[in-house]
Parts: sequence; structure tokens; C-alpha cells
Amino acid sequence: MSLRIAAAVLVTLLGVASLAGSAELAGGRVALPVVKIEKSGACVAPTAEMRRNHMKMLLHQRDRTMHEGIRTARFSLKNCVECHASQKTGSVLGKEGFCSSCHAYASVTIDCFECHTPLREARAR
Amino acid sequence: MSPDRRQFLGWAAAAALAPGLRLIELAQARSPEEAVSLLRRWGLLIDVEKCADCDACVTACRDENGWAGHGRPATDAQWIRKASLRDRGTGLVQTLPLMCQHCEHPPCVDVCPTGASFKRADGIVLVDKHICIGCRYCVMACPFGARSFVHEPLTGQKPDVPRGKGTVESCTLCVHRVDRGEQPACVEACNRDGGKAMLFGDLKDSSSEIHLRLRREPSTALRPDLALNPGVRYQHL
Repeated sequence: MSLRIAAAVLVTLLGVASLAGSAELAGGRVALPVVKIEKSGACVAPTAEMRRNHMKMLLHQRDRTMHEGIRTARFSLKNCVECHASQKTGSVLGKEGFCSSCHAYASVTIDCFECHTPLREARAR
Repeated sequence: MSPDRRQFLGWAAAAALAPGLRLIELAQARSPEEAVSLLRRWGLLIDVEKCADCDACVTACRDENGWAGHGRPATDAQWIRKASLRDRGTGLVQTLPLMCQHCEHPPCVDVCPTGASFKRADGIVLVDKHICIGCRYCVMACPFGARSFVHEPLTGQKPDVPRGKGTVESCTLCVHRVDRGEQPACVEACNRDGGKAMLFGDLKDSSSEIHLRLRREPSTALRPDLALNPGVRYQHL
């Protein structure tokens, strides 16, 4: 009898352990966003605002630049890439890219880099 | 003279001077926060006689804007090209750089169904590729054959010159350079390596070299019969 109880306890324990294991596994399978900010200093707006509204800022600035020739650096896509491109690859795309890793996690498809370069401008000048 | 009268004359003098002062102010470079205005109109003056047998302008444009093709002339983009004109009667052959003429009344803007093809306040005709659906009506409407369609996926674009498959593009008069207060790449290259045939400037600024030369010397627009009033003018054609 005591043997049977011990076996039941063991099965339960194993079950719990395997559940925990599968939860860990699930955590490993989902590609969490890699928000690696290599450049020190503040962004153009507080982080919470940037997370929620960066697309609105870019859209607004896009029309002002295209149609009115206003090329201030603050909300320009070029400026985003300059700061946020990876030191290793020089790009905001790729597995650990600042833009692509978050967009992959949020399942957002963006077209910016179909035309705009995802690479930081070579610091030749 | 009574003080009132003197004061009145002072105001009159200030009022008479004010327009002149304003003009000097406008001639200064635009700050990055300031929108482009109707008070300028950018243009080019090309002296065909000086246009040497070279393609410095084409090479410079390609390097600046990154439109080097895939070696497929039928579909590759071309923002500027050297055109040869032959007089049927005399046999005289002239070559000239041909690009978007930045018309005052651009047919490409008239036909665009989405508003992607537009003219900036300072006269530069552009394609807003965010809105372009790639229908190519503008390519057909342009009498100068200045526009290209991007047929293939691209990589390695220049940071200042976004380009992408499925959109139409053409000479932007190097708008990113002009907004920085520089000259277009073709003009710079022509004056450095070519025949010094190209001049860039503000057509509306009465003190600019291009304005003065257009006023003093005869020049012609391509296809003047269409009355498009292009911003690009030619001499000795």
C-alpha cells in the first residue's frame, strides 16, 4: 500500500516536473524580442512613448520630409537606423535586429526596408 | 517740417524699404525646420555647346543615387542619359544630358491616380513612393521619357535615396543635396570633370547667376510646343 502511495507521489512529481519542463521549452521556442541598445544616451522620446507611437512619428515625419523638404533628424528613419543598427552587422534587420526582432514577435509586417536601407551610413565622412 | 509729417515720411520710407529687405532675407539658405516655399524655383541651365563627349553627369548621378542596373537596358532604371540629336538637314550631331525637366505643368502629375507624382512648392517634381502603386501612367505621359519603373527587388540603397520594386522613379534634382544647400551631383561632376556645361540655381532669385544668364542670353526649353515651362533650359541647341 505504502509502495503504491509512493509510486503515485512519484508520478505526480514527475508530472509537475515535466509540465515545468514543457513551459520552459515553450519559452525557449518563442522568439522573444531582442531589444539590444548598444548606443548610450537617450532616445528622442521616453521609451514608453517610443514603443507605442514610433510608427506615428515616422509617418508624420515621412510626409513632412517628402512634400515639404523638412529634414530634421529627430524623427527621421535615417536617424533611427543610425542609432539602433547593430554594432556587429550594422543593420536594424536580421535575427537580433532592433526593428525586425520586435516586429517578428508582434507579428507586424513593415515595408520600410523594402526601399529604405536598413544599414547605418558608413562613417566615411 | 512738423514732427507728425516727419514721422509719416519715416513710415513711408520703411514701407518702401520693407520689400527689399524681405528679398535679402529670402535669398538666405533655408533652415532644416522650414518648409519649401513658392518663392524659389530650382532649375538647370545646360549649354549644349560646352557639353563635352563624356558621361560625367550620368556616372555621378548613378553613384549619388545608386541606380546602377543589372545590365538589362530594357528594364534598368535610368535617371539621366546622354541623348544625341541629329539635324536631318545639315547632319549636325549634338549631345546633351536629358533627365526630368521639372516642368511647371508636369503631365506626370496630371495623370497620377493616387497623387504620388507631385510637384514640390519649389518646383522639384518627385514621386512619393509611399503612395505610388506602380501603374506607370506617368511613364507614358512624360514627353521626355524621363521616368523609370523598378522591376526587380533591390538591396544596398543609399540612405538618402530610398528605392524599391514596384514604384516609378526619376531625377529628383538631388533633392536631398539641394535641401542641404548643395548642388545636384550631375552639376558638380560636370563642372569638375566635364565641360562645365551645367548651371544650377534658383530661377526666381533675381541675383542668381542662372536668373541673370537666362535674362541676358537666349535659351530654349525642350518641346516648347507643349507649353510645360520646364525648369531645365538648354542653350545653343
